[in-house]
Amino acid sequence: MLKTLRQIARVGIITEPPPPADQQLRVREGIQDNIRRVLGRALCIRHVDAGSCNGCELEIHALNNPLYNLEGLGIRFVASPRHADLLLVTGPVSKHMEAALRRTYEATPDPKLVVALGDCGCTGGIFGESYASRGRVSNVIPVDVAIPGCPPSPTRILEGILAAIAR
Amino acid sequence: MALSAWFERSDPQPGAPGLRTLNVSHSEWRQAIGDLAAADVRLVAMWASRDGAVPVPAASAVHEASPAQPVATVHAMFLARPGGLTLNLRHEDPHAPYPGLETLFPCAARMQRALADLSGLHSTATDTRPWLRHAAWASSYRPLMDSPETAAAASGAAASDAAAAPATAAPAIEAYEFVRVEGEGVHEIAVGPVHAGSIEPGHFRCTVVGEKVLKLEERFGYAHKGIELRFTQLPILEGHRLAARVSGDSAVAFSWAYCQALEGSAGMAIPSRAAWLRALGLELERIANHLGDIGALGNDAGFAFGQSQFSRLKEYVLRATQEALGARYLMDFVVPGGTRVDITDSGIRILDEVAGMLEQEIPTLRTIYDEHEGVRDRFTGTGTVTAELAQRLGLTGLAGRASGQAYDLRADLPCAPYTALAPVKCTRTAGDVGARVAVRFDELQESCRLLRRILEMLPAGPHIGDVSAPADGAVGVGLIEGWRGPVLVALHAGPEGTIRRCHPHDPSWQNWPVIEHAIIGNIIADLPIINKSFNLAYSGHDL
Repeated sequence: MLKTLRQIARVGIITEPPPPADQQLRVREGIQDNIRRVLGRALCIRHVDAGSCNGCELEIHALNNPLYNLEGLGIRFVASPRHADLLLVTGPVSKHMEAALRRTYEATPDPKLVVALGDCGCTGGIFGESYASRGRVSNVIPVDVAIPGCPPSPTRILEGILAAIAR
Repeated sequence: MALSAWFERSDPQPGAPGLRTLNVSHSEWRQAIGDLAAADVRLVAMWASRDGAVPVPAASAVHEASPAQPVATVHAMFLARPGGLTLNLRHEDPHAPYPGLETLFPCAARMQRALADLSGLHSTATDTRPWLRHAAWASSYRPLMDSPETAAAASGAAASDAAAAPATAAPAIEAYEFVRVEGEGVHEIAVGPVHAGSIEPGHFRCTVVGEKVLKLEERFGYAHKGIELRFTQLPILEGHRLAARVSGDSAVAFSWAYCQALEGSAGMAIPSRAAWLRALGLELERIANHLGDIGALGNDAGFAFGQSQFSRLKEYVLRATQEALGARYLMDFVVPGGTRVDITDSGIRILDEVAGMLEQEIPTLRTIYDEHEGVRDRFTGTGTVTAELAQRLGLTGLAGRASGQAYDLRADLPCAPYTALAPVKCTRTAGDVGARVAVRFDELQESCRLLRRILEMLPAGPHIGDVSAPADGAVGVGLIEGWRGPVLVALHAGPEGTIRRCHPHDPSWQNWPVIEHAIIGNIIADLPIINKSFNLAYSGHDL
C-alpha cells in the first residue's frame, strides 16, 4: 500500500491541457446549438467498432490515460447506447456489423451525434467497399463529424469530439 | 514415415528462414498429417489457392454455379523442430471434400470452416457450419475462387438467398446453431457483437449455472471485411500497407511478414540496417502492447492504479516512437526493400532513454502487482490452461509460453537481426491469468534489453534497398514472432506485379478456441479478465 501511495505521489498530476476544437472536422450541420450546449456539459460516448483493424481502438484507449484524461473534461465512455449522447464509430462498416450498427444507432436517444473515426470510418480507407464491406460510416448512418487518420492521434480525436459538441 | 523423410523430400520455401515446401497427393497428405501429428509438430495456418492463370470470367457465370471450376490447392503450414513445412494438396475435384486435419490438429477446425466460406472447398470434418460467413453473401459465392465479375454481382446484390431485400438494407442476421446445454437452473448469457468496452466486435454465448460457467461458445466473423480479396486488387509492391492493417496492434509483425514473403519470392536481399530497424519496430510494438495489456488486466482486477500507471508508460513509448520513427503506431514503417524512414542519432537517444525509463519504472510496478492481495487473488488460478491441454490444442505464442509451450520464432528460427541478438524465451507453466501476466512482464524486460542492444549495434548503411516484383507464380511465406505469437503471410505472385493470392494468418486462430476451455468452471465475472489475459485479435482473425 505504501509503495502504491508513494508511486502516486511521485508521478503526481500529469494531465495536459486539451487541444482546441477543430471545427473543420464537422461534416453536417443541423443539430441546434442550444442542444449542443446541453450535451456539451457532460458527454457520454458509446464506441462502436463496426469492422475496424483495432488501430483506432488503441488510440481511443489512450484518451483515458492520465495525460489526456478524458473524464477530467466531463466526457466518458458508457457501456450502453441507451446512456449515450454520441456514437463514436470506427472501421469500414463490415456487412456483418451493419445491422448491429443500425440497432445501436436506433437505441441511442435523440438528440444524438455521430463521429466517424479514422480513414476507414471517413472514406472506407484501404478496405473500401466490397462483398463484405459497406465502406464509410455515412453509407449506413448519418455522420456529424469525421476525423481522418490511420489511426488519428488522441489529440486529433479530442479536437473532433470537442468540435462535435461545440465547446 | 519419419518426419525427417518428409523434410528430405521437400524443397526450400522462399521467405522466412528454415521453411520447406512439398507438393503431395491425397494419400501422401493423409500419411504426412499422421506422421507430423505423431512427431509433435504444430499447425500454423491453412489456406487455399486457385491454380493456373486467373480465369477469364465467363459472361454467364454470374449467379450460377461457375461452370469452369478452377483447380484448387489446399495448403497447410506446420512448424517442427527442424523448421517449417508447407504441404500443398492439389485438389482436382472441388466438389469432393479434401481430408480434414481437425482430428489430429484441433485448431484446424475453424480454419477449414473459413476455407469453405471463402474458397468453397469443404473438408471431411463433421462440423459444416459456416464460420466467417454470416449473411452478407450467398453460400454459392466463393470470394476467393470466383471471377471478379461474380464478385461485382455479389457485392451489388449481396446474398441471392435474400434477393427480395433491397441492396441498401442491412443483411439479415443469419440463424447460427449454437451448441445448447440443458438442465435445471441452466441459462444462457449472450454478449456482443457490440461490447460494453472499447473492444472489437465478436459474440460470446455463455451457458451458466448460478455464476459458474458450464460452456462458452464463440461466434466471430463480424469484422470480416474481405481483406484476402482486397489483396488481389493491389499491386504486389503495395500489399504491405494492407498487411499492416490486418490487425492494427500487430502492424509491424504483419507488414514485416508480408515483406519477408515478397522479398524471398523475388530473391531480393535487404540492407542489413533495414532488418535491424524492423526489429526495432517489432520490439517497440511488443512493448506498447504488453504495457497496455498489463494495465488493462490490473483494471479488470479492480486495481485502477495499474491502468493509469501502465497507460502512462505506454503513452511515453508511443510518443518516443513518434519522435524516433515518425508515427505512434508503425502502420507504414516496414516497406518492401527495407523501412520507410531511417532513425537519426537523436531518435536513437530518445528510444534509449525510454528503454532506461521503463527499466527503472517497471520493477517498482511489478512489485506492487505482486504484493497486491486483490490482484493476486484474481490472477492466480483463473482461466487455467494446463501444459498438456495447451499442447493438445496447439496453444501458441505468448499464451502458449505461459502454459509451458516454449516456442518463440525469434529464438527457434531466427531471421536477421535476431540471429545476432540471442533473445531469451520467457516461459511459465501455471497457465493461468497470473502466468500470462508474468510472461508479459518478463518479455517487457527482455524487449527493453533487445531494444538497447539494437540501438547499440545498429549497422551503418542504407535503410532501404532496390525493389523488384517477384515473377508470376512465385510463392513466398513470411513468418514473424509478433507480440501475440507467430504471424504468417503466404504470398502468391501474379503476372506483372499483381497479387494472385495473399493469406495473412494471426495466432488468434489457434488461441481463440482455447479460451472456450480456459473458462470452464470459472465464474462468469472472470470472462473479461481471462479474455484480456489472452487479448486475441478479432479483425486479424475475421479478415
